[in-house]
Amino acid sequence: MSKLKLVLGVVAITFITLTAVSCKDAKNEKNNSTDHHSEMNMDEDHSKMKHDNSDGHHDGEKKEMAMNGNGTSQAILNDYFSLKDALVADDNAKAKNLGAVLATSLGSLDISKYSEEEKSELKEIVEDAVEHAEHISESEMDHQREHFKTLSKDITDMVAITGTKATLYEQFCPMYDGGSTWLSMSKDIKNPYYGGKMLTCGKVQKEIN
Amino acid sequence: MKIVKIIALILVVAFVGIQFMPTERNKNDIVPPTDFMLVNDVPNDIKNKLQISCYDCHSNNTQYPWYNKVQPVAWFLENHIKNGKAELNFNEWGDYSNRRKKSKLTSIINQIEDGEMPLASYTFIHKDAAFSKAEKRELIQWVEQLKDSI
Repeated sequence: MSKLKLVLGVVAITFITLTAVSCKDAKNEKNNSTDHHSEMNMDEDHSKMKHDNSDGHHDGEKKEMAMNGNGTSQAILNDYFSLKDALVADDNAKAKNLGAVLATSLGSLDISKYSEEEKSELKEIVEDAVEHAEHISESEMDHQREHFKTLSKDITDMVAITGTKATLYEQFCPMYDGGSTWLSMSKDIKNPYYGGKMLTCGKVQKEIN
Repeated sequence: MKIVKIIALILVVAFVGIQFMPTERNKNDIVPPTDFMLVNDVPNDIKNKLQISCYDCHSNNTQYPWYNKVQPVAWFLENHIKNGKAELNFNEWGDYSNRRKKSKLTSIINQIEDGEMPLASYTFIHKDAAFSKAEKRELIQWVEQLKDSI
């Protein structure tokens, strides 16, 4: 009799373990998606702050979106500069958030008005840049800066196609990783690759109008 | 004493139980024409090194160790392989745009230089996957060359 109980108990425990294990996986995924969701909310907050008039037009026409910020290269540039400033300030957590924001704005770039050749180029740029922005959103400072280097190249190439409203400055730091460039809205050098360690290392290499 | 026995029994049962959980096996005998080795002219020593140190997680074909069939190790490996392939899949190299190729090569150099790849948990068991200093230098030099040629 007690043997039967024991066997029954073991069967029950096996069942529970299996269920628990499979539930755990599902739960994990759920957690991930909620995490993601809250991150997204944060993203929205950020973009609200920056391109405030673009909000509320989410379900509006594409053209309107393009004019007001969301989906434009201008929105991408704004997010890129915020990210750069976080790296200048040695703020790992902020750079993580802004990396995710940038990945979103990159992903929503509207390329419909460009020529076929430009479209395919922009697609490649976005594909690559999104990857780097995503890495930045989940990496430590050193790693963020490594990705920021390639990201800056992508953004520079994007601007060569899309153009820019404001004058941009391509700046160059000869010390970081055999020489690295980044874009800035201001002539003043604030080095995103070294931050506080070597804030003013670098020079303006090019003016982009 | 009895409770110890019961707990031991539960653990054994749980261990046996999770062995029945399915995992996806990363096995594929066909090397596609987009493979890194077919697209590029790779010297033999570099080819061997990449295959031994990288291909288990960065291609569609893993040389599984015996213990991979034992849970929870199999889950752990499955997860690594999934992430590794999403990051970089040498089998799909030819499908990457030139921009992406350059970008991946840059990341490969950075990861090897920083000693982040191959993962310590991998080289712990695959001793032959670890890079010596000379191998590191040779590999990075070659990857730099390839990057400049794209």
